[in-house]
Amino acid sequence: MRLRKITLFMIKKGTRIATLLVALCLLSFLLISYSPIDPVQAYVGADMMRVGPEQREKIAEHWGINKPPVEQFLRWAGAVFRGDLGTSMIYRRPVIEVIKERFLGSLALMGAAWLFSGMIGFILGITAAMKQGTWVDRAIKWYCLTLASTPTFWVGLLLLIIFAVWLGWFPVGLGVPIGILAQDVTLGSYIKHLILPAFTLSILGVANVALHTRQKLLEVLSSDYVLFARARGEQGFLLLWRHGLRNIALPAITLQFTSFSELFGGAVLAEQVFSYPGLGQTTVQAGLRGDVPLLLGIVIFSALFVFTGNLMADLIYQIIDPRIRQGGAV
Amino acid sequence: MRWIKWIKNRFIPSKPESVVGLSWESADFGGAETGSKTVLEVEDLSVSFVQYEKGLQQKQMKVISSLDIAINRGEILAVVGSSGSGKSLLAHAILGILPENASVTGSIKYNGKELTLQRQAMLRGNEIALVPQSVNYLDPLMQVGAQVRTGIKNGDALAVQREVFDRYQLKPEVDRFYPFQLSGGMARRILISTAIVSDAQLVIADEPTPGLDPEVVEETLGYFREMSARGCAVMLITHDIETALKIADKVAVFYAGTTVEVAPIENFSGDGEALRHPYSKALWRALPQNGFMPIPGAQPMPNNLPEGCLFAPRCSMATSECSIKQPKVRKLRDGMVRCGHAT
Repeated sequence: MRLRKITLFMIKKGTRIATLLVALCLLSFLLISYSPIDPVQAYVGADMMRVGPEQREKIAEHWGINKPPVEQFLRWAGAVFRGDLGTSMIYRRPVIEVIKERFLGSLALMGAAWLFSGMIGFILGITAAMKQGTWVDRAIKWYCLTLASTPTFWVGLLLLIIFAVWLGWFPVGLGVPIGILAQDVTLGSYIKHLILPAFTLSILGVANVALHTRQKLLEVLSSDYVLFARARGEQGFLLLWRHGLRNIALPAITLQFTSFSELFGGAVLAEQVFSYPGLGQTTVQAGLRGDVPLLLGIVIFSALFVFTGNLMADLIYQIIDPRIRQGGAV
Repeated sequence: MRWIKWIKNRFIPSKPESVVGLSWESADFGGAETGSKTVLEVEDLSVSFVQYEKGLQQKQMKVISSLDIAINRGEILAVVGSSGSGKSLLAHAILGILPENASVTGSIKYNGKELTLQRQAMLRGNEIALVPQSVNYLDPLMQVGAQVRTGIKNGDALAVQREVFDRYQLKPEVDRFYPFQLSGGMARRILISTAIVSDAQLVIADEPTPGLDPEVVEETLGYFREMSARGCAVMLITHDIETALKIADKVAVFYAGTTVEVAPIENFSGDGEALRHPYSKALWRALPQNGFMPIPGAQPMPNNLPEGCLFAPRCSMATSECSIKQPKVRKLRDGMVRCGHAT
């Protein structure tokens, strides 16, 4: 019974990601092929003046871009299916390698922002709900709504001005100090470069989680089971611990996992502002400089990344929530 | 886990000595004179909510007005009234779990002493227990065994809970069930278990029987009988007068947030001629087996109560003075009535 349920779940999710990827590849390939980007020009770059029309013709033929779009797509899709995403034109290295390296850079940033926003947001949400209607609640709500309506890049610039330029506590940009050999970079300086971008990135998530948690906890506190718990003499911290956290933790965790897409979108902006060498910055570069293989590779990768977040949220519900875990009977 | 215990010790007040002195174990049940001792006495209780109408205009919603009720040890009092008559709020007022925008006047005495907010906070869950209406009152994400155990303050919680479950024929695996897995009868027995394990002297059951099949109703009523036989005072809140008559010693009839009559169950017989208040009589005669006779009109809404007697607009005996001033409660033939004309 249990095994069957798991298999069914896997098949369902597998089909979903497969169809999603096929549609995504098709659509993004279509968009790119109709875009003004000229792959040959992007490849040749600054040497354009020294490359004659015949040579460009040869490059195009070598890559098969003069073939009909359907054939081009099938060739590309076939290669992608075999795990070959092509070679990045900017970096002159396999796309997969570039993505892997850049993603590891982003991972620290996104991970730190993700954890930080989740925890701070959760605590702020609980505090606001427990103090509903007081100035504490109003202050937290005001703070969250202000943050939620503030663009990430603007917050980033503001933080840069205050903490990097005026106070000089943190470096202005980049992931490591300039002029130091890679093997001499300390963990401390990594972290120092990470703090401002991570903080910027987490601000958006905080508002989201805090407002949701507040709402959910208010719902729980006005529920019949909390009324009954109070009738049984439970109160204050014990009540929150026993019934509050139990019922709000799951929605908060799942919300946090489904926020991967916003996290990725935010990373693009935050990394750009802080010149942080991550996947977000690479995305911008690939787009601006017409690096088609890298751009398509990142599109596929980001789709997988967001899908993973949603899948984790689903899995956590399946594993933790007893109503779903043992719920076959209802 | 140590820090949780630390916080518990630090912030959750333990039971002071004076309250322990009143508890179940040390109380004397043997004597005949203590047998009729009043456990709960509610006098002139009013509960109202402030409601905002059109901007900042405030309006008082009087959901319970000058209510009087008393329960003795070992007695079952049924509080009967139609929905919206403020029955559940009475239970919440006694337990001190009304919403914050409620204001309460009048007096509630428990074992002869005024029930202050502090006393309510200490007694609820210990000596005063609530048996709620439905399984929705259990935490949906907590195993039911654990939920029952949270009410056990001293001794081996697991053993006590198991013993009670055994008595109610709840198998060991039920301990680990979540509320959504319970059948109606099981849910009922578990909700009652929460009261049993708390050593309650006063049990307030809020609509414990609706939606259950007759067998489970019978079984549930049996549990309350058992409790009263042990010396508990039981207050059974229901809209089902027939269920109430099967088990109660006395019936308090509720109308628009107040008690219009308290009568021993023997009075509910025949044509209702032994009943005191015109509403109780009308209620009795409206039952299918007693003539099925409705009276015109409807119970007034809490924000639109009449000036004098709350029942006057629908009463056939009403005179001009009835609509001026609400009649006081008076003793009449081994019961109580709130009507100037009753004999």
